Amino acid sequence: MSSKAPAETQGASRFTLDFRTLGPFVALALLMILGTMINATFISSANLTNVLTRSAFIGIIAVGATFVISAGGIDLSVGSMAAFISGVMIIAMNHFVNTVGVNWTTVMIGMGLSVALGLAAGLANGLVTTKGRIDSFIVTLGTMGIYRSLVTYLADGGTLSLSFQLRGIYRPVYYGSFLGIPIPLWAFFVVAVIGWIVLNKTRFGRYCLAIGSNADVAAYSAINVDRIRTLTYVVQGLCVAVATIIYVPRLGSASASTGVLWELEAIAAVIIGGTALKGGTSRLWGTVAGAIMLSMIGNILNLTDAISQYLNGAVQGVIIIVAVLVQRSGKGR
Amino acid sequence: MAGPILRTTNLCKDFGPVRVLFDMDFELQPGEIHAVIGENGAGKSTLVKILSGYHQPTEGQVLLRDRPVKFQSTKDAEDAGICMIHQEFNLANDLTVEENIFLGKERRRGLFLDKRYMKEHSREVLASLETDVSPNARVKNLSVSQKQMVEIAKAVSRNADVLIMDEPTAVLTRSEINVLFRLIRSLQAKGVSVIYISHKLDEVKELADTVTVLRDGYKVATQPIGELTEDMMATMMVGREMKDMFPDKDLEPKPDTVLDVRGVTSPGYAVDCSFHLKRQEILGFAGLVGSGRTELMEAIVGLRQRSSGQIEVNGQTASIHAYRDAISRNIVYLSEDRKGKGLLVEKTMGFNLTLLALKQYVRRLGMIDETAEAVSLRKAIEEFEIRAPSNTAVINTLSGGNQQKVALGKIMEVDPEILILDEPTRGIDVGTKQQIYFFIHELAKQGKSIIVISSELPELIGVCQRIIVMRSGHIVGDVSGAAINEEEIMRYAMGIKGGNNNEQQSAG
Ligand SMILES: Nc1ncnc2c1ncn2[C@@H]1O[C@H](COP(=O)(O)OP(=O)(O)OP(=O)(O)O)[C@@H](O)[C@H]1O
Ligand SMILES: [Mg+2]
Repeated sequence: MSSKAPAETQGASRFTLDFRTLGPFVALALLMILGTMINATFISSANLTNVLTRSAFIGIIAVGATFVISAGGIDLSVGSMAAFISGVMIIAMNHFVNTVGVNWTTVMIGMGLSVALGLAAGLANGLVTTKGRIDSFIVTLGTMGIYRSLVTYLADGGTLSLSFQLRGIYRPVYYGSFLGIPIPLWAFFVVAVIGWIVLNKTRFGRYCLAIGSNADVAAYSAINVDRIRTLTYVVQGLCVAVATIIYVPRLGSASASTGVLWELEAIAAVIIGGTALKGGTSRLWGTVAGAIMLSMIGNILNLTDAISQYLNGAVQGVIIIVAVLVQRSGKGR
Repeated sequence: MAGPILRTTNLCKDFGPVRVLFDMDFELQPGEIHAVIGENGAGKSTLVKILSGYHQPTEGQVLLRDRPVKFQSTKDAEDAGICMIHQEFNLANDLTVEENIFLGKERRRGLFLDKRYMKEHSREVLASLETDVSPNARVKNLSVSQKQMVEIAKAVSRNADVLIMDEPTAVLTRSEINVLFRLIRSLQAKGVSVIYISHKLDEVKELADTVTVLRDGYKVATQPIGELTEDMMATMMVGREMKDMFPDKDLEPKPDTVLDVRGVTSPGYAVDCSFHLKRQEILGFAGLVGSGRTELMEAIVGLRQRSSGQIEVNGQTASIHAYRDAISRNIVYLSEDRKGKGLLVEKTMGFNLTLLALKQYVRRLGMIDETAEAVSLRKAIEEFEIRAPSNTAVINTLSGGNQQKVALGKIMEVDPEILILDEPTRGIDVGTKQQIYFFIHELAKQGKSIIVISSELPELIGVCQRIIVMRSGHIVGDVSGAAINEEEIMRYAMGIKGGNNNEQQSAG
């Protein structure tokens, strides 16, 4: 009974709604202005393209995370899942080089395998969470450890490298561009558009929000809560697979340190974007802006001597906390 | 004689562009029980939320003992001796009963919480309410009536000078209400002033000293209870003469059975329950709160574990294991727990309205037809006369009664043949109740079959053709025709009649 007065005026709630939606974009714009002021090279198209391309992995994973989080769950395993999938892809493609040959077919097999593994890993997360009635935080903390140690095991503690002949063929998937725009950016864009449509315009998306808002009400609305929840992890797994497909040609290798802390960056992008961690809302374009901001911060720190780039994580952390504070004060609670 | 303890002058409240309270002059005398009545959305809750610091007034003043006060939060008001029991439960679900009672008022001994004192005190307050709730129980495991008792215990334990109760009895049974009334009177004897909001005019007549009537945000009148009858109060509230509360009993059930329930058991709640429902029948379920009516219905529609039992729909065995199986057979269930299970309170009316029937709105490529949704929303607003600040209003901003109308609209979206309505008129004003009774009657006339669970016997007697009585998870009585009267039903409900079951099988 000692609760504070809630957001009460309708005018204010309309304002905060806009604020919540627009906030991340305003912040992104401010960050860009700041970057340009610090160093003019920031705004050069080469630099911006580079920043955006780098944001694609986290961005694509964060699109999946938006599904999981809006439905009231969390997936901590995405970083190690990406590392594990990279590892298996590389081993498989190196193997098929001998039988199938150095050609696109081999790469396609690798990509197909990535998708299959992503779906399976997501399904595993989802089923254990829903059927086992275990908190998703715990489940994915567990699978995070499992996938990470599996890739370490596969690499025998070292690094798995893609065969050099294949790299030449696979390279364009990261370094190539279409209509002047890098392929990873296209992928990011397409994944985001599809993600937005599914979340905002389909029954599945509606159900995700309903479950995240109140799972009991969802069950009393004849929604198959377990199935929808499981599917959000499958969507997440698929997004990780797509991100991995783009990531592998970048370095052509995988090791125990691949994808470390990606889960935190993905979750941070979602939260900065205005999606509530407790579920029930989704701001997919906010997530996109959040992912871009995170990679931009690193870039700006690279371009200035004022703050050491080793403080990248600290700056990101501050921004996440500020974002949540701003959103909450905007909400009036 | 001193003046009023609490008073407002020219109080106005706007929510955005909408004004919901106009120039309210309200006076609470020391030691009186002051009822506030009015239709859904009249502004009752808004008024008392301002008095208790939950909202701040847009214009006008609140005066406590003739001194202007500006409460910034409910804590300010509590510190000044004004305590409120919310219409919506305001309990922390994951905490225990005791922790809730002392929330924000924890008692310390040195660095540590004085657990012993708090436990003792909680037990005392709960005992004064004659409820069997344990101080150690987690709130989320309580039934709605138990939660209400905890709310009351929490407010009472704060030793307020002014106690505000917003529809405290909506979810309570008659015997619980009697206990509450005794408690209120004993507080009154100690000098506590009480503001009491209720849609149950008989209770108002029984309990209150003074009545204030609100309509559309204005104060219509404040009068001593002695000058008023229930009919006069209803007329003042609605602004027109109220007659024929219940529709004529001109409908007879058709011979065909649409729902046949045989031996359904839901562990811990309902034991070996069998009954049937005919086409065009309006069947009531009476019983004390906790008699297992809700749980039985939830077990039937697949929302709750069923350990045994068979269900036939239209003469065919129906395997209903999840609620969606029931929906696909055109059976719907309206939950008694509007905010916990019925509606997503943080979402808009439209989001809620179509949630159950969303399949019908899916078009090409799995896309939802938002235009069709908007049309349905407008239709529902019109049909159920939902009064909302706007069509995009979030459920939280609707008055309790209007929320219930959205919940009703939601289940009607699937065009059901069998409707199970659990406390359909809870928190609804007399005018709207009447509408809902006629609405149920109209549905039956169209050939639909309806089960009504209610804790208000006059309501069941008024609308139902037959009434089944449950006690401790068992079906103990089945009355129809001339046998339908309050005494008979209470005899079954209390176990004076039809007591062929062992009493050990208690239900939650
Ligand atoms: N937070 C809010 N934002 C906007 N409008 C609100 C808000 N809270 C209440 N209202 C509006 O104020 C009006 C009065 O609501 P209030 O809850 O006071 O009614 P009430 O008399 O308590 O009704 P009921 O009997 O149904 O509980 C309603 O039209 C409601 O929609
Ligand atoms: Mg109210």
